[in-house]
Amino acid sequence: MSEEHYLELCDSPVQFENASSVNNVFFDEANKQVFAVRSGGATGVVVKGPDDKNSIAFRMEDKGEVKCIKFSYENKILAVQRSPKSVDFINFMPDLPHSEFSQECKTKNATVLGFCWTSWNEIVFITDQGVEFYQVLPDKRSLKLLKSHSINVNWYVYCPETSVILLSTTVQGNVLQPFAFKCGTMSKMSKFEIELPVVTKPAKIILSERDIAVATIYGQLYVMYLKHHSRTGNNPGAEVVLYHLQREGACKRSHILKLNTTGKFALNVVDNLVIVHHQSSQTSFMFDIKMKDTDSNLNIHQPVLPARSIHPYKIALTGPAAVGSQTPVPCELYSSTWSVFQPDIIISASEGYLWYLQVKLKPVVSLLQDKSKLMEFLLRRRDCKMVILSVCSQMLSRGDKGSLPVVAIVFDKLNQVYKEYLEAEQSYTMAVECGPSRGSTAHKRPVRTQAVIDQSDMYTHVLSLFTERKDVSHKFIIAVLMEYIRSLNQFQITVQHYLYELVIKTLVQHNLLYMLHQFLQYHVLSDSKPLACLLLSLESTYPPAHQLSLDMLKRLSTANDEIVEVLLSKQQVLGALRFIRSVGGHDNISARKFLDAARQTKDQMLFYTIFRFFEQRNQRLRGSPNFTPGEHCEEHVAYFKQAFGEQAFIKPVTL
Amino acid sequence: ALIEEVGIGTPGMATGMQEKQYTPSLLNFFIYNPKFGPREGEEEKKILFYHPSDVEKNEKIRNVGLCEAIVQFTRTFCPSKPAKSLHTQKNRQFFFEPEENFWIVMVVRNPMVEKPNKEGKPPTIEYQEEEILDTVYGAVLQQCYSMYKLFNGTFARAMEAGGVELLTQKLEKFFYRYLQTLHLQSCDLLDVFGGISFFPLDKMTYLKIQSFVNRVEESLSLIKYTAFLYNDQLIWSGLEQDDMRILYKYLTTSLFPRHSEPELAGRDSPLRPEVAGNLLHYGRFLTGPSNLKDPEAKFRFPKIFVNTDDSYEELHLIVYKAMSAAVCFMISASEELGREFCEQLDGLVGPQLTLLASDICEQYNINRRVSGPDKEPQFKFIYFNHMNLAEKSTIHMRKTASVSLTSVHPDLMKILGDIHADFVRVDEDEEIIVKAMTDYWVVGKKSDQRELYVILNQKNANLIEVNEEVKRLCATQFNNIFFLD
Repeated sequence: MSEEHYLELCDSPVQFENASSVNNVFFDEANKQVFAVRSGGATGVVVKGPDDKNSIAFRMEDKGEVKCIKFSYENKILAVQRSPKSVDFINFMPDLPHSEFSQECKTKNATVLGFCWTSWNEIVFITDQGVEFYQVLPDKRSLKLLKSHSINVNWYVYCPETSVILLSTTVQGNVLQPFAFKCGTMSKMSKFEIELPVVTKPAKIILSERDIAVATIYGQLYVMYLKHHSRTGNNPGAEVVLYHLQREGACKRSHILKLNTTGKFALNVVDNLVIVHHQSSQTSFMFDIKMKDTDSNLNIHQPVLPARSIHPYKIALTGPAAVGSQTPVPCELYSSTWSVFQPDIIISASEGYLWYLQVKLKPVVSLLQDKSKLMEFLLRRRDCKMVILSVCSQMLSRGDKGSLPVVAIVFDKLNQVYKEYLEAEQSYTMAVECGPSRGSTAHKRPVRTQAVIDQSDMYTHVLSLFTERKDVSHKFIIAVLMEYIRSLNQFQITVQHYLYELVIKTLVQHNLLYMLHQFLQYHVLSDSKPLACLLLSLESTYPPAHQLSLDMLKRLSTANDEIVEVLLSKQQVLGALRFIRSVGGHDNISARKFLDAARQTKDQMLFYTIFRFFEQRNQRLRGSPNFTPGEHCEEHVAYFKQAFGEQAFIKPVTL
Repeated sequence: ALIEEVGIGTPGMATGMQEKQYTPSLLNFFIYNPKFGPREGEEEKKILFYHPSDVEKNEKIRNVGLCEAIVQFTRTFCPSKPAKSLHTQKNRQFFFEPEENFWIVMVVRNPMVEKPNKEGKPPTIEYQEEEILDTVYGAVLQQCYSMYKLFNGTFARAMEAGGVELLTQKLEKFFYRYLQTLHLQSCDLLDVFGGISFFPLDKMTYLKIQSFVNRVEESLSLIKYTAFLYNDQLIWSGLEQDDMRILYKYLTTSLFPRHSEPELAGRDSPLRPEVAGNLLHYGRFLTGPSNLKDPEAKFRFPKIFVNTDDSYEELHLIVYKAMSAAVCFMISASEELGREFCEQLDGLVGPQLTLLASDICEQYNINRRVSGPDKEPQFKFIYFNHMNLAEKSTIHMRKTASVSLTSVHPDLMKILGDIHADFVRVDEDEEIIVKAMTDYWVVGKKSDQRELYVILNQKNANLIEVNEEVKRLCATQFNNIFFLD
């Protein structure tokens, strides 16, 4: 069963002092820091970050109840809100005075709903009457208003990743006005309306901030709206509606995630998957907006997998109750005290834990039967490589009937991603070679994600082991190898030599040499010197390999020396000489090598012919038929003289 | 290079009175085993098959006895290489011992010219003793055995299964029909090679075919071997080379022509597409049921025997065709094949093969366009590679069931045969250029395991020009193989 839990809480949660009457806990989504504020800060503030193990601890004056507390980026300036009108600041930079300074909101009679840092020294106040964008001048201990905008605000949501703030406006609260912040500028994006379910009693805020979340999915910014349907009627259940928020242009409703149930939900986004937690059933749904359901062309999505609960989690009890024995106890999942933050954070304030939600891919493999869908799903995940490779191995080891078409589809999907990466890499290399870019944008090297499964991955983790298997028919093994090569070819990816070697090894092992011959005949195994040499080595078991090898060397047109060697080794001395002459290389060959070979044949006439050829070459190149000492042919000259007599030598031409 | 000048007699020219030319023809064909009737008076038992059957018994015995004697006698000179043929004025006899003590003998009457004489006198007959080639007819004889073996298995197995009685029955049944299809007058060098014509194809399409074959073999696991042909040319063989060679011969000279002739004539129009599921396809069985929808359809397939040297397998031969693509599926003969299987195969293979066939056709046309139109060589040549049995001929037209047509004069074909015979005698690579009396030059080249024969018709060309011309041909047609100049 545990194999079925495809969601889990991370192993090393951030632990902090749990919330209590004397300890207030705050979470900053921008820096992912938990603030534990004891007695308004007088008895200490402890800040725990996401990965930095060393927490920050400090004290501050108790100037009233803290409503909100956040560091600017890199922990340079701390902002604390204690009153509805103003925000206090404390410098945390070493050389600047530590004392507090304060800023009141500019708009009269406005109430500050909250604030968000957009850089190390820029901050946005959100009031019920609009937004105010400030630059903090820590050395001057003051703030400078950069920009402001008046608008009635019910509540707001901030997406720190993109520095976008969504403001809820209008009476019903369902018209959302986004603002984007970047380097001292504030830009108003086009507002949009969330379509509410049928309203019975209007004129009251209906859209709650609890039902809105903002997150980036596949690099795009989405506003996620949890749409509860009234229980009456024949509504099938709640759904999550995704609005695609673009910098330019209107925000469009783009996806609908069907939950098919009702109740209390919370949203997370993990690895570009939308996770919807359902409290009453204590399970979570997983959606992948890139997964197309074939039955509709509208972007209506059903969960990828059946809903499952998060993997059971145990926490060590701390505190006086468990002194000594720290037996871990099961943690209550889907607790009503949980707070869920974007994109992937779950906080239990009462227990003092912050977890990251994680997706486990292994259980997905057994839950998602359709291999094509599974592969698409896995290829979009972050840590997918080993899982994909193990899926491939598994798929091949079973050797189910009719699995070849599936194998083909899987290979095609892998190679599509592989090809896209190769192309990006290639155009990057070309752009770099073309010199520095004329435009301002520097060339960005394409990122190699784990989804890029190349030939060496397949070879090392899947194919080389697979071909060793004794329990799979060799027919299937060869079919799979050919299918992989077909897929690579289809995507015009150059096949690496070691794959050919694997094919040849497998064919030779099963004595399927005629099959190998046919593959070579149709150039399925591309020409290369190593391949030609491999073929030469097969000659003793399969004589035609000799011809295949020579043909290949010939086609390469860069292997003339190898051809000569092969022919000489076969004692085809004349053939070798004729060949090298036909390609125009006969002025540079070693006379000694040919004469050696001719002597070995014990064919006197052949030796005579070869010797004569080189005498003529000497004559032509140097004006004398004699060999130079550097050619080391003395032995052969002596033999020639002995066999054919002094008069057989060509006479040097004397004028 | 060796140069020979050979005269060619003007063929069949009538001077005054009409001469009659007779082509070589089959006189006798018999199979015997000397061990079956070693005692006097039992000689008839040696004879397993005799054509023509109406020959008088004593004459049969005499002819068989003579062959036996010749073989025995010549064996004393060279025990390892028994006599292969006997030349006489009127005919030529070919001996072949395919299995121990089983001899097949073919007697071919030499071609002859009948010259009419003056009134009343019988015409003079001139036998042309040197016109027919041992290599060609020796090969034809071996092919007879191979074809028999393909459909019947070895003699020895028949003996084991049912003794002489079964063997003679099988021989009778097979050769009675087969000998009628022998067209001795049109046998030539290609019969010696017994090659396979391969369909030229790009790598990607070839891989698609591989993929198709593998998938079909996987889903219909009864299938042991598959062969794939397009336009009567081979693309893939799961069978070993020697078995494929004879199966290819059968397909291209017997089965395909039999089916293409009614097609060409537009009779029983088989090109109406079938519907499998929601897919249109043009697949149909060339062996087995001719129409699956016929409730009376028979599901019997010819049986073939392969790997007779070791595993000795008997297989059903299913030949299935869609447009120009034909696939042979071979299934162990011990399996029962019925309607259900055939329908399954038809449903699976029909649509895929139809698609593949149009893919191949399209790809082939693209390649042809790329390599330039009308690049049909003006050369007439025959190419053969002993290693993969690949053959290519621009001399031979389309083979039909009845005759193979060549575009050159038989005398030139004979020169090709002669050159080949020369090549067989020596082991080394060589080249022979022959100037025929007419304006033709005939060039033969042998490089490693390859042979190339070119016929050039160039008036006033000299040896050097001919040599250059052949080099040019090699550079354009054979640039991707290692072919020594």
